[in-house]
Amino acid sequence: MKRLLVLSTALTCFAVAASAQEVNVVSWGGAYEKSQVEAYNKPFTEETGITVNMIAADDPATPLKAQVEAGNVTGDVFDLAMADAIRLCDEGALMEFDPATLNPGADGSPAEEDFVDGSVTDCAVGNIVWGTAIGFDTTKFPDGAPATAADFFDVQKFPGKRGLPKSPKRTLYLALIADGVPAADVYDVLSTPEGVDRAFAKLDTIKNDVVWWEAGAQPMQLLADGEVSMTTAYNGRLFDAMVGEGKPFGVIWDAQYLEINAFVIPKDAPHPEEALKYVNFATDTQRLADQAKYIAYGPARVSSAGLVGLYQDGKTEMAPHMPTSEDAMKTAVIDDPEFWADRDAELSERFNSWLAGN
Amino acid sequence: MANALDPHAAIATVATGETDGTLRTADGKPLARALARSQTRARRRAFLLVLPLLAFIMLTFVVPIGQMLQRSFYNDGFSAHMPQLSQWFADHPRGTDPDDAAWAALAADLSAAAEARTIGIVGTRINYDVPGTRSLFTSTGRKARGGIEPPYREALLEMNDDWASPRLWSAMREASTPLTTNFYLASLDRTRNDAGEIVQVQERQRVYVMLFMRTFWLSLLITALTFILGFPIAHLLATLPMRRSNLLMILVLLPFWTSLLVRTTSWMVLLQQQGVINDILVWLGLIGNGQRLQMIYNQTGTIIAMTHILLPFMILPLYSVMRTINPSYVRAARSLGATSWTAFRRVYFPQTLPGLGAGALLVFILAVGYYITPALVGGSSGQLISNMIAMHMTDTLNWSMAAALASLLLAAVLILYWLYDRLVGIDNLKLG
Repeated sequence: MKRLLVLSTALTCFAVAASAQEVNVVSWGGAYEKSQVEAYNKPFTEETGITVNMIAADDPATPLKAQVEAGNVTGDVFDLAMADAIRLCDEGALMEFDPATLNPGADGSPAEEDFVDGSVTDCAVGNIVWGTAIGFDTTKFPDGAPATAADFFDVQKFPGKRGLPKSPKRTLYLALIADGVPAADVYDVLSTPEGVDRAFAKLDTIKNDVVWWEAGAQPMQLLADGEVSMTTAYNGRLFDAMVGEGKPFGVIWDAQYLEINAFVIPKDAPHPEEALKYVNFATDTQRLADQAKYIAYGPARVSSAGLVGLYQDGKTEMAPHMPTSEDAMKTAVIDDPEFWADRDAELSERFNSWLAGN
Repeated sequence: MANALDPHAAIATVATGETDGTLRTADGKPLARALARSQTRARRRAFLLVLPLLAFIMLTFVVPIGQMLQRSFYNDGFSAHMPQLSQWFADHPRGTDPDDAAWAALAADLSAAAEARTIGIVGTRINYDVPGTRSLFTSTGRKARGGIEPPYREALLEMNDDWASPRLWSAMREASTPLTTNFYLASLDRTRNDAGEIVQVQERQRVYVMLFMRTFWLSLLITALTFILGFPIAHLLATLPMRRSNLLMILVLLPFWTSLLVRTTSWMVLLQQQGVINDILVWLGLIGNGQRLQMIYNQTGTIIAMTHILLPFMILPLYSVMRTINPSYVRAARSLGATSWTAFRRVYFPQTLPGLGAGALLVFILAVGYYITPALVGGSSGQLISNMIAMHMTDTLNWSMAAALASLLLAAVLILYWLYDRLVGIDNLKLG
């Protein structure tokens, strides 16, 4: 019996060692991870024989930083918000890419031109573009639905509580736009002390009507329970509730906040070659377009947009639900990773101080 | 056969009457030394038995926490990657204006750090003290990769005139040695001005001191509430007949075994404005539909949910102590003429103190570090200091700041523990 045990253990170890062709991908879990498994991982394993291990994290930047600090990197590919990708790149934690080695677009245009502006940097390759948009309960506004950021701040005309995330990054821009600042000027205004004061003054007008949320699932729950009548939310979650679950919600694209997620490879990744293969494969035109079948986030490649088809239910056209659609882009605020790398700590302190004061 | 471990050996030696003043074993060794040796051997064996546990605790608990706390006062982000400028700061006392050598050192370090891709670490370190300077380092670094041509001062000011800022130079001097108190200062809403003096930060930036106070105040309040609610229940549990008290015990333990998140979210369902309690109140006509109570996403929600979640930690130690109190003491007091209140106050209650002390300490210490419940139901007014620590760990990735806040929290708890020991005595504690 004992010998059998030893033998089988040895064999298992051998089998694991033999299938060393693997890559560890750290991503965000939930429906987003599922879309990556379907659109990237399954065809990747089929084509290359490399096993993909998905690891879920609340925010992959935290385990990445922890692994680099501890000198024990176990993940090969991390899916990060672009701001964190740029920051960790500047800190020398990430492997640098040559954009020329990435797959060209479907029309043959080089990768550097095919990717959306700002989605390819020295160390990061963009995969999705996602938005924070305003969602509202259509049953609460029978006499006319809200349509703009200013309506979000008008609790007289559109009664009910408001949901906002507990972070300066995804609230201050909305206050400024509602106060009449054009989307393109948001960061110029926010760079001045007067601009910051102005944003907080606008937030003051609805402070007593706000329910603050932290996790991405919360705003949809608040909206579904009737606790708030309007809330900002990640557009993929909104789409899921509206189309996937058939909830009576509407979406306001005015003043949506656009951010890019990107794949990065840490410097001491255990499987760098497989990691590079994976990143290259996952960010080609077809894979990025395929992902939109499972979740309403926009592909980071221009040439993917035309290939985006139907939702997995087989009847919903995805294109109008994309945060990158022409309609949604009109007044979009595009995330400025440099600005937030500089100001996040300072504005977070001010924001928390403002929140705590009554 | 006499050996060092044989207790009769010594006696036998005494009996033979060798008298040079010391007791000896049968083989002639001094007894004291033989005893010490055998005890050392026993101690060593005992130590070997606990060694695995000790190693486990050192490796998984003490070392990581020590490393984490070290970050609160040790950060070599600047000094390790800007060696020449750090050396210049070491050679020139505070108050020296940067001379040509300083600018040359700055330029050389910036180019080297940009080449090595460590410029972000340097910028991040300075950004903690002077917000908005991280991009100054990274953008200058991008231009400086090929090296900077002299004159260095003019070249750097050409790239960005913020390089002349006295506050920046003061911050760089602060950061030029890895040991720093700045994270502790920031945790107490203090900062250094251009001259290096400690001053309070602007009023609208102050947040930590207030949150520390709130955390301790709410933890005290929650401890008091769990006492008021838990004491009668523990008494009931301890005095009811076994069968019924077991049933009650299950009611106490069932929520205790339920996941923290499930309990927190159930409170959301109950307390929110469109929730069960408000619905019932409206249905009963006690409040109008427009006046639904705001019981969650504020301090009230945090207090209610945390009191409920921490209640078993008060009930269980109290119960275990009350079970052992002999009911005849109270009966004796009554028969000697004490009113029921006096009997309770003078006889029963003092005997429950060890359980009360243990419960209160448990609840208070758990409440001080509570994180997920205030994050979910606290809204804006129910946030605690642990939520700031989490923010610095996961959002701003400023682990030094998180470590400083955590160290202060740890120190405060230890001081309270010490006070408790002085006032009540830690030996009077009965955990179960």
